[in-house]
Amino acid sequence: MESRAERWASGGGRGQQPETPPENRLAAGQRKSLRFSKDEVLGRDRHWPATLPWRPGLYVLLSFLWFFVHAGDRIEIEMNVWRLIRREIHHRRLNFGLAALSVMVAVGVLVAAVVLLRSHDLRTEQLLKFKQEEADRQLAKMEDDYRKYMKELGYNLLILPRQQDLTEFLQSGYATHTMPEEDVEKLAASGTTLIRHLLPIVQQQVRWTEKERVITLIGTRGEVPIRTRAPREPMLEAVPRGRAVVGYRLAADLGIEPGQRFALLGAEFEVLSVRPRRGGTEDTCVWLNLADAQRLLGLKGRINGIEALKCHCASDEGTTLDDEIANLERAITTVLPDTQILLRENRVTVRAKARGRAKRVRVETLAKWERDRADLRGARETFAAFLVPLVILGGAAWIAFLAMGNVRERRSEIGILRAIGVRSAQVLAVFLGKATLVGLVGAVAGCAAGIAVGAVAAQITEGAFSPRAVAIPWVFLVILVVAPVLAGVASLVPAMAAAAHDPAVVLRED
Amino acid sequence: MLSVRDLCKSYVRPRESVVALAGVSLDIAEGELVAVRGPSGCGKTTLLLAIGGLLAPDAGVVEVCGQNPYSLAPNHRAAFRAATVGFVFQQFHLVPYLSVLENVMAPVLARPVPDAEGQARGLLEQFGLAERSTHLPGELSTGERQRTALARAMLSSPKLILADEPTGNLDEDNARDVLTSLADFAKSGGAVLLVTHDSAVAGHADRTLQMESGRLREPPDGALLCLGRAAEH
Repeated sequence: MESRAERWASGGGRGQQPETPPENRLAAGQRKSLRFSKDEVLGRDRHWPATLPWRPGLYVLLSFLWFFVHAGDRIEIEMNVWRLIRREIHHRRLNFGLAALSVMVAVGVLVAAVVLLRSHDLRTEQLLKFKQEEADRQLAKMEDDYRKYMKELGYNLLILPRQQDLTEFLQSGYATHTMPEEDVEKLAASGTTLIRHLLPIVQQQVRWTEKERVITLIGTRGEVPIRTRAPREPMLEAVPRGRAVVGYRLAADLGIEPGQRFALLGAEFEVLSVRPRRGGTEDTCVWLNLADAQRLLGLKGRINGIEALKCHCASDEGTTLDDEIANLERAITTVLPDTQILLRENRVTVRAKARGRAKRVRVETLAKWERDRADLRGARETFAAFLVPLVILGGAAWIAFLAMGNVRERRSEIGILRAIGVRSAQVLAVFLGKATLVGLVGAVAGCAAGIAVGAVAAQITEGAFSPRAVAIPWVFLVILVVAPVLAGVASLVPAMAAAAHDPAVVLRED
Repeated sequence: MLSVRDLCKSYVRPRESVVALAGVSLDIAEGELVAVRGPSGCGKTTLLLAIGGLLAPDAGVVEVCGQNPYSLAPNHRAAFRAATVGFVFQQFHLVPYLSVLENVMAPVLARPVPDAEGQARGLLEQFGLAERSTHLPGELSTGERQRTALARAMLSSPKLILADEPTGNLDEDNARDVLTSLADFAKSGGAVLLVTHDSAVAGHADRTLQMESGRLREPPDGALLCLGRAAEH
């Protein structure tokens, strides 16, 4: 029978792990009990750091500090350039601290400027969005009001012959040129959906010889139905043949009353009605049937113009009143090429102009606000562009000055190191290494200080600070690379002077 | 070990030229401690620096272990110096921010030394500085500083030690200790060239040379005898 020890030695059968022999079990158990986990060795509570969101950053910082303080502190001492640098920094802490402080100030100013400018941009973006939303809300309300007016009223247009001088028309109040009466039929049959009502008219200033008065004679046949539209209540009833409507002032002056008959340019008419007082040129007008007026004026089959009422045009937020009128004119002149249109002022046009003004004001206000913010940013940028290089140059000069003093102070040390065989390149490395460390430590401290100062400045000047303003890892990365390089460059001349020290001169002087 | 032939060196100033070495010739064999005595300004330090490869002579030849350091490029000369020559100065020239142990180990910066720390600790033990290994130079007495400098000079096991007034700042007991250590180094197969104006040195030197106005000469026997008696006294 196989003994237990033999079974252990043979592996305990196929697929089984070798069993620990009884005599070794305690030892194995002891070894196991002596083996601590890394956490136990380091006295680390696994749950504590897991609660810190900045754990990786903390580890990097602690590693850096550990390296800075303890690198080279091994049981076996190793003499190298790094040890010299570290020991010298520890020995001349004030020199190192002052140099690092200058880098910290330079980097701090730069970071604070960047953070402040970014805060400005973010605040501008935020305020602009708010202002745009507010303006959009107001404009939407205005657009809504405008649409309601448009639906109720629309634009009123006067279609005139193309050759009509509009200045003359506006001065005299009537057209001197005529157009064929069938034009109104063409427009009504064109299938346009833009116009709701069409009123052909003939109008002329004439001398009422029977009454020795100058009047405006208007002939109208009432509304011409538009074929694509459902029949609707006409806006204006036509004056029947042989009858007339008289303006208020004329009727009052001549004592004309409804039902009376009177002679006009050799023809006799019955007064259908007297127009209510309007307080304008209409009070001196006489309205006849279009055919009667054409006959009296010798303009058979001709009209002066067509009133196009309650015209609509598709519009959106970007279109202006002029755009809409131009669209209507294009649609009308496509059907009637020998015509032109004149916009009659009404509440819709007033609203449209108000809407246009509001749009312009909104755009101009926002543009001005953006310009003001850009000016403010420019001023801050200019100040930073002046201050940052100045501080960096000052810091570099200060580092160079301190490094020069450091070299002078260490002449004897350099002399003996060179005498015992240390190469000039190593001496150079000692000084440049120290300068690089000055730059690195100053850059880290400067970034932290710059963020703090920038945050406070943003809070004061912008009224708010967003953590997004410091979400600029590439800036910090560049600073952490460039600051040590610049500190090294600033110390280059003193370091080269140190490396070039003739040890014989130093040793002979002593 | 050391051969110097017709070494000349002058310091040229705007209105004058000072001759520091005027045709110095000197030979030192292994195991020999040679002292050069002379008044201040006679060219002793210049001789030491020229032999140590730190100050190129105007004329003449220096050979240390058969090698002329001035025939080497600067970096090779530095390496040669690190391997062959140890320096001891009157002002000690210890690095102020390094501990005693680190100062002794400073030659490692120039040239790797096997078990440098062990050797350095051994030297500190030998010079009675074991308890002071972590102290800074500023915390040491002048005698301790000079012994530290001596230990530093010996760490890389040089063939030649050049000592410039090594006892100049020391009291009698410390001076004796330092000179004994240098003599021991010479007896162990090295060579020591020591420049001093201290008459007590002659008692420890195998040979004493007199230097005056940039020239070396053997002192008269009577003078040597007097110097020896003075040293014994």
